[in-house]
Amino acid sequence: MLTILFDGIAYGLLLFILAVGLSITLGLMNFINLAHGAFAMAGGYITVIMVHRFGISFFWSLPAAFIITAVLGAFLERTLYVQLYDKSHLDQVLFSLGLIFMSVAAVDYFMGANQQIVNLPPSLDGRLQFFGASIGYYRLFVIILCSLLTIGLQLVLTKTRFGSRLRASVDDQRVARGLGIDVSRIFALTFAMGSGLAGLGGALGAPFFNIDPTFPLKFMIYFLIVIAVGGTTTITGPFFSALLLGVADVAGKYYVPAIGGFIIYTIMVAVLIFRPQGLFGRVTGR
Amino acid sequence: MLLRRQFLGVCAGVALSFGLSGLALAEDTVKIGLILPMTGPSASTGREIEAAIKLYMQQNGDKVAGKKIEVITRDDTGQADITKRLAQELVVNEKVAVIAGFGLTPLALAAGPIATQAKVPAVIMAAGTSMIVEQSPFFVRTSFTLPQNTTPMAEWAAKNGIKKVVTLVSDYGPGIDAEKAFKEKFTADGGQVLDSLRAPLRNPEFAPFLQKAKDLKPDALFLFVPSGQGASLMKQVAERQFKEAGIQVIGTGDVLDDEQLNAMGDVVLGMITSMDYSAAHDSPENKKYVAEFEKANPGMRPNFMSVGGYDGIALIYKALEKTGGDTTGTKLIEAMKGMAWTSPRGPISIDPDTRDIVQNVYIRKAEKVNGQIYNVEFATVPNVKDPLHGKK
Amino acid sequence: MTSLAAGARVATADPGAHLVAKARWRWPEFLLWLFAIALIWLAPSRYLLFNEIAILALLALSIDLVLGFSGIVTLGQGAFYGLGAYTAGLMAKHGIGTFPWSDPLLGLLGAGLVAGFVGFLSSFLVLRGSDLTRLMVTLGVALIVQELGNKLDWITGGADGLQGVMPAPLLGLFDFDIFGRTAYLYSLSVLFVLFLLARALVNSPSGLSLRAIKGNVIRARAIGIPVERRLVVIYTIGAAYAGIAGALLAQTTQFVSLDVLSFEKSADALLIVVFGGVGTLYGALVGSIAFKAMYDVLASATPEYWSFWLGLALVLLVLFARGGIIGLLTALRDRLDRARSARA
Repeated sequence: MLTILFDGIAYGLLLFILAVGLSITLGLMNFINLAHGAFAMAGGYITVIMVHRFGISFFWSLPAAFIITAVLGAFLERTLYVQLYDKSHLDQVLFSLGLIFMSVAAVDYFMGANQQIVNLPPSLDGRLQFFGASIGYYRLFVIILCSLLTIGLQLVLTKTRFGSRLRASVDDQRVARGLGIDVSRIFALTFAMGSGLAGLGGALGAPFFNIDPTFPLKFMIYFLIVIAVGGTTTITGPFFSALLLGVADVAGKYYVPAIGGFIIYTIMVAVLIFRPQGLFGRVTGR
Repeated sequence: MLLRRQFLGVCAGVALSFGLSGLALAEDTVKIGLILPMTGPSASTGREIEAAIKLYMQQNGDKVAGKKIEVITRDDTGQADITKRLAQELVVNEKVAVIAGFGLTPLALAAGPIATQAKVPAVIMAAGTSMIVEQSPFFVRTSFTLPQNTTPMAEWAAKNGIKKVVTLVSDYGPGIDAEKAFKEKFTADGGQVLDSLRAPLRNPEFAPFLQKAKDLKPDALFLFVPSGQGASLMKQVAERQFKEAGIQVIGTGDVLDDEQLNAMGDVVLGMITSMDYSAAHDSPENKKYVAEFEKANPGMRPNFMSVGGYDGIALIYKALEKTGGDTTGTKLIEAMKGMAWTSPRGPISIDPDTRDIVQNVYIRKAEKVNGQIYNVEFATVPNVKDPLHGKK
Repeated sequence: MTSLAAGARVATADPGAHLVAKARWRWPEFLLWLFAIALIWLAPSRYLLFNEIAILALLALSIDLVLGFSGIVTLGQGAFYGLGAYTAGLMAKHGIGTFPWSDPLLGLLGAGLVAGFVGFLSSFLVLRGSDLTRLMVTLGVALIVQELGNKLDWITGGADGLQGVMPAPLLGLFDFDIFGRTAYLYSLSVLFVLFLLARALVNSPSGLSLRAIKGNVIRARAIGIPVERRLVVIYTIGAAYAGIAGALLAQTTQFVSLDVLSFEKSADALLIVVFGGVGTLYGALVGSIAFKAMYDVLASATPEYWSFWLGLALVLLVLFARGGIIGLLTALRDRLDRARSARA
């Protein structure tokens, strides 16, 4: 059914925007940052505050969420994360878990534990009908915006010098440094961008999912699934895996509701058994 | 081996209860152990109940039948093994005369054996599964049961021109209970349930289930989710335009929790639900309750969980008055049986046969009143007993 | 760094003797176990809490074996814990009064076997891929098991939990009393026995090879260590340990709820091992005591925000005190040793 397909695509694209930052930092810096979800949550809350407390239009909150979380990400990267690049993956997992706990509790303290409701901006309310399918205007907006962002990201990666430096650093950090690429600066910029995208994703998702302090923990598993299946060496990998997972999850729940919830976990485990580097990943020189 | 174990158990129980009751009689303070989820996903239940109990004690003082009442509150974080340990510690170390609270069904069930073994009344102020009270002769409930609240909804729907319904519930115990209770009554009254959809509990995306429900073109959509998910569910219901498609949205009041109702916004308007309590209930007792509750807890509206706590402590007070301060477990339970009074929700009583609550269930519609959203009652089903007790 | 140098000197002289010396029992260990037993008389009203700590320590121990010694990053130990709990619970429930089904010790055996078997099956998933892959796979398996637990509610009791768990008296003599005395002694004894086993294991040649694998897989393979086989074995044993911990929980609390399958339990136990000190075995024990104590103190002060302090402690730990509590104590002892030998 076309409607379900659209729903799945919207959901998948949203997951992609949320997860792409994590994919790049993981692939680039070999750093497992579970706290990525906290940036998404921050973006969601920024939207809540701007729209509800200050009455600013929802559309302004999107770039604001991106910028504020990007700055936050850059700051944290330079101060805290940089100290952990050499440490083991376990240490990174624990560190980011600690950050999640702190941010969850801090948000609970300042904003309360209830779900924050963000209402759809009135201009995006309603549904569009065509070819026997219907799609909500907001979902359509999400699809269009996320697609543009994806195209933009891919262009940056493939057509700009920054992008090629980034790709070189992902493939082999030592060689890249040897060629004179300022890998640390790339780390900082990439981390900031990734966090900003997460914040934007959180803001976009706020009208769907409703934001509450447990958001990072609830959604962590979904981001991780997207990345595990998509691999961390490209962004097309997570893109397709997010779409696949979004559509599979939604279609699964529609057509076989009894096992709908299992589907994404099963896909993930299956993929990881047969292709541990993800469906689209390359085995890198590290 | 079995005989010896039973014997030892009985000895322990008797010794314990003699010891406890003896001690309790000697004391001038009656301690009540309140076990609630104050943190974790069910934290709002704990908060509402604690606030309601504080309010009651503020209104009625802390002395009953010459004894001082002391409430000891403990957080079980919503985990059953912790509830069990806390119940044991409260009974054994603090020597409480009554344990109360229990935010979820497994938490109440975990405490049941303690209540039985120690012969201590356990007042259920939140959990809503029918069979809990049957697990121990010391269980008494002042909250509600899901079938009790759901069956009147099915009855109302059948009587009001709704012939075909699709049910959508969260896939866990209470959700399935609601689905079954609705289906049973609705089909018995001549209706037809086109499909019973279950959404995973940990589920951000209701879209596929809602779309499927809509595609089946029922007269009404019956919903049940735990109160934390009501907001995002209703948002997605509105997005799918059920109203415009002529499908009435019905459900139990858990979805439209008073505490969050205003924040949920206009998407909920028009939804019809059934519940034992609405903050908009039009009675002098309730007006007083709501006013004083909101005053003592700014920004917080009392909800159906809070009255469970309010009436629970009221029941304990009344029982103590009836026994003249005697805290022997069995005597308190006898005193509680058949107790009837007017609560902020309406008239309630404790069924002497089942120790479960008998109360009115109201059919209400979500409407805007003076700029705020309330569940406005428009039909009453009086003195509803839980339909499952006695049926096996 | 004097003691390290001294240790190095000893090591080059005779690695075998050095390892044997490291594996000997030291007086703080005796002290800890005696203290645990003495608690029976020192604090009789808190048996239930101690029981909880002992069970948590066993779960943490299982994680230390898998993670601390073998380097397998796992978030899924809770699945085995839950499997063990439900196995023992079901055995006790459906075998009421009939030996052998409701005997607690056989329940432990059953739980260990079931959990170990599932661990064995899933160990192959853990062998492949990077740390992230392992993390995801273990998490994914745990989530699937949790969903199954919810779905198969005609076996597990679903969200309401498993009722009617009535284990027979321990050894036919000791009933599980309301005070928790039997429970604590039982859990403590099981913990002690399994601890001894674990201790022997990690100090054995196979156990030492695990540490080599954790350090550098390629090098370990190069010197002929059968890496896959060792990892499968330790993962299975770790799963069995976790299963037995779950069984203890089911038997001593006479109840099993879906919480045992939750990710939060795995995360808690992981944190405990980290706080105590990874790869030290005692870290699991010390960590669980510290964790519960910290929880009691912090949670009663500010229950909602306890996770903030937990998170902060974790961040500080990773940055500054990587060895955990045992690490700090060891560093302290080293400093004292140095001071003493400097004076001498």
